[in-house]
Amino acid sequence: MKTRLSAILIFLGPALFIMTVFIIIPIVLSLLISVTDFNVYAIFDWKNAEFVGFKNFIDLFSDVIFWKALFNTFYALVVALPLTIIFSLLFALLLNRSATHFKSFFRLSLYLPSITNTVAIAVVWAWLLNPRYGLLNWFLGLFGIAGQNWLSDPKWAMPSIIALVVWKAIGPNMLLFLAGLQNIPDFLYEAAELDGANRWKQFLHVTVPSLRPQLLFVSVMLVIGYLQLFEEPYMLTKGGPLNSTISIVLYLYRQGFYQFNFGYASAVAVVLFGIILTLTAIQMRLRKYQE
Amino acid sequence: MRKKKIPFIEQLGVHTILLAAFLIMAIPFFWMVSTSFKNPDEIYIFPPRWVPHRPTFDNYVELFKTVDFGRPLINTVIVAVTSTFLSVMLSAMAGYGFAKFRFRGKEKLFLLVLATLMVPGQMTLIPVYLILNSLNLLNTYAGLILPGVASAFGIFFMRQFIMSIPDELIDAAKMDGAKEFFIFLKIILPLSKPALATLTIFNFVGAWNSFLWPLIVATDEKMYTLPVAISVVQGQYGEKIALQMSGSFIVIIPIIIVFFFAQKYIIKGLSMSGMKF
Repeated sequence: MKTRLSAILIFLGPALFIMTVFIIIPIVLSLLISVTDFNVYAIFDWKNAEFVGFKNFIDLFSDVIFWKALFNTFYALVVALPLTIIFSLLFALLLNRSATHFKSFFRLSLYLPSITNTVAIAVVWAWLLNPRYGLLNWFLGLFGIAGQNWLSDPKWAMPSIIALVVWKAIGPNMLLFLAGLQNIPDFLYEAAELDGANRWKQFLHVTVPSLRPQLLFVSVMLVIGYLQLFEEPYMLTKGGPLNSTISIVLYLYRQGFYQFNFGYASAVAVVLFGIILTLTAIQMRLRKYQE
Repeated sequence: MRKKKIPFIEQLGVHTILLAAFLIMAIPFFWMVSTSFKNPDEIYIFPPRWVPHRPTFDNYVELFKTVDFGRPLINTVIVAVTSTFLSVMLSAMAGYGFAKFRFRGKEKLFLLVLATLMVPGQMTLIPVYLILNSLNLLNTYAGLILPGVASAFGIFFMRQFIMSIPDELIDAAKMDGAKEFFIFLKIILPLSKPALATLTIFNFVGAWNSFLWPLIVATDEKMYTLPVAISVVQGQYGEKIALQMSGSFIVIIPIIIVFFFAQKYIIKGLSMSGMKF
């Protein structure tokens, strides 16, 4: 029996309407705006925007700061992704042992940073990383290690941001790995042990293959998430020093909402979308190929 | 299962690593709370003083008196509660439709909804800003709330859950002459409580912490939300560290309370949403 049209409209209508107005139409608009010179004059009368073809994209190509933003974003991705996975997996393994004590306590403490507000926590980190009064330099000083000017040294600014990002991301990913670990049947390990596999071999040949779905899910979500890096550099460094921490989204925000170059900023958004689509597609392919 | 003897050194190593991780996770929070109760002269003491000798509430008083933190606090509560309620309702309704209705093109429509998950939020930032501007909704609650209430993830999540409710229940109610809305209210919603609770918590935490969107829509001081207010405090009162810490603590404390009461759901929901990928 088919459902009556009125019921379909009442139940699906509101969600689909809002989705159309605030997601689907904007996606199309975003593509359109990216091929115009939409600027501050066009905000109040869209007719002031003119079609410029691929000019914005061509300009992006020779925009040094955009390349810097791309480089920084990938720098964060390439460093933070493996670190997040390694630490999440390590803690999941430690908390999955039957002999580990205070499991739920440790699990909660690892999880807590991920739900707290990034803006608020970035304020705290900025203080911890303060070169003169920060806890980190004080702590390093106890061991006779010279402190750094973490956030105002172009060399250290990005690593500082990555540290915050990884610190926040460990919890939820650890939970996903933990759920996956608990689904691995014991007999696989017992069989491996009978075959003489040591713990490292068991990890490589039993744990890792069994965790493949979680590893794929986590890495896809992290790639998407890290490519959208914004709040941490916005709060900690505003993209500085010397643009050493400017990210793609931060550049989009600057172009769009500081300088009101909406056409140009939309081109940045389209490029970001293209990168995310490409990387996700590659990851999916790899997964199919492995199977 | 046979029990193996675990070497003491291994136990010690494992728990040392976990303890170190706990400290790394907890110290920033501890330091934030501690600093927020410090007098100016205690902040810059070296070596650092973990617990203030003369704790003071001055920073909190100043935050509400001078910086007028009350308004963003109220704004954030209004925005987070309303948008969570709307989002969960819309997700449940649409999820029910996609799980149990029968009509042509349903699968295609659902795929379209899922496809929006692939699009990063920043892509719609500028067009939505322009749409809200032409609707005169910048600096309004509607502008802060509406664009985020239809979530593909929420619809997907509710659909997965509602699909597991047996059709027979619904068909039996229909035999008795029940209308869709009655079925939704009296059968679907009560049976979906765990999923609704999970989604409510996710949405609330997300709405409470949301930053980029309010930063763009709420340019008028009166419409600031807490995270926006914090970023302004950091910019304008850069030298007043204790003020920043008390502001941060106020933003974080409701989430920590929600977390401790709802951790069961958060953890379950997270593994549910992950497993079904």
